Amino acid sequence: MQYTDKVLDHFQKPRNLGQIPNASGVGEVGNATCGDIMRIYLSIENDVIVDVKFQTYGCGAAVATTSMLTELVKGKTLEEALLVTNADVAKELGGLPPVKMHCSNLAADALKVAIEDYRKHQKGE
Amino acid sequence: MKSIYMDHAATTPVDPRVLEAMLPTLTQVYGNASSVHHIGQEARKLVEEAREKVATALNAKPGEIYFTAGGTEADNLAVLGVAEALKEKKGRHVITTGIEHHAIFDSFLWLKENGYEVTEVPVDEYGRVNPLDVEKAIRSDTILVSIMHANNEIGTIQPIAEIGAITRAKGVYFHVDAVQTVGHIPVDVQSMNIDLLSLAAHKFYGPKGVGALFLRRGVRIKQHLHGGAQERGLRPGTENVPGIVGMGKAIEIAIATMREEAEKERALRDKLIAGLLQISDVRLNGHPTERLPGNVNVSISYIEGESILLSLDLQGICASSGSACTSGSLEPSHVLLNIGLDHPTAHGSLRLTLGRQNTMDEVDYVLNVLPEIVQRLRQMSPIWPANLIQEK
Repeated sequence: MQYTDKVLDHFQKPRNLGQIPNASGVGEVGNATCGDIMRIYLSIENDVIVDVKFQTYGCGAAVATTSMLTELVKGKTLEEALLVTNADVAKELGGLPPVKMHCSNLAADALKVAIEDYRKHQKGE
Repeated sequence: MKSIYMDHAATTPVDPRVLEAMLPTLTQVYGNASSVHHIGQEARKLVEEAREKVATALNAKPGEIYFTAGGTEADNLAVLGVAEALKEKKGRHVITTGIEHHAIFDSFLWLKENGYEVTEVPVDEYGRVNPLDVEKAIRSDTILVSIMHANNEIGTIQPIAEIGAITRAKGVYFHVDAVQTVGHIPVDVQSMNIDLLSLAAHKFYGPKGVGALFLRRGVRIKQHLHGGAQERGLRPGTENVPGIVGMGKAIEIAIATMREEAEKERALRDKLIAGLLQISDVRLNGHPTERLPGNVNVSISYIEGESILLSLDLQGICASSGSACTSGSLEPSHVLLNIGLDHPTAHGSLRLTLGRQNTMDEVDYVLNVLPEIVQRLRQMSPIWPANLIQEK
């Protein structure tokens, strides 16, 4: 697979890997049948993402995109974070092989689900 | 970093003796084998010597060997050639399995889309065909049975001689894709009652871009390329003399060393399998004993094949997988699904295929680094049970 050095770097040394106990919001996309699952944990204070962690099952691109996304949104407000797209993630990684653009580049979607999860809990309180 | 190549089912390096045999055909004996002059006739002589070597290896006659540009072409020529030749005379029913290489699988797909009826005989959990199922599937309008000798992914060896006895008794042509077996385990078109057989040089330390079809004398097929009289008109086009000469040399060496190579590979294979099964939640794919000497295929739960390959590659180890990410489509390997694996198990497959240059030290190295890789990827994985428990 023709991956950029940046993709390989994030695959080898994923940033913000792990879980956040009692996270403010958790979002997951994908399924084991298609071979990619990305799960994002958020810790949110005053609408700012103070911490973010992820776990990913999938190919090199799936791991690298989730890792990159966590770097891009950490410290951002929810409004800012929601502006980050899958395309932005791919661009920050120096591009992805064409076959990976759709199936393995879903980290921004997982973030949106996590933020929705957070907002749902907020409303419920 | 040292490279450890364990992907011999994909392709093999050219043997230096093969290269040595090929080199003069590029610069000295460069003639067109169809030319009347002496440089052409020298090339012709080399081509015919290679044909004899290939024929000898299969227990066939030189006149039954047709050179092609590889295994895929030989497979297409066999399947489509028989189908087109017999559709008016005998029928449009063909029989195969669901675990064939894509060169066969997709040729049958084409037949299905073009007015032929295809029966896929089942395989068991190890990927083995029951010859009785082939017998039951044969009808009066059946024109071809095509079953691979050994599977390229899981290494399972089929009971080819038993199936050949049935097709011969029923008077149905039998094609065998032997791309993974020629030069590795015995292939005998007489005792196995094979009518057509495909092989590719680069799977037994010959060059890429050259293969052959064995076509039993008297079996008529329809050609697909139109051109000259080369290969008795069945496969026109100027002969690939360097490739053909390389294939002849490669098959000669492979047959001469087959027994000892197979024995060595089996020892490496069995150690590798035993070591891999020490890791938790790892299963062997394919048959435990009816298996290619160099084939190892396991599924490692909770992680995905391509990330295993990338991690191995970063340690110098070349391997392959049947995950969707490596198949170039959204689906994992049809072979793994057809032996009953669910999608995640197929996605987590790892194939290591051994060859001449592999050593016990290399096997030890792989067994040393792989558990760490598996552990690292599992710790990342949201479907690893330890991670599931922590969540709630």
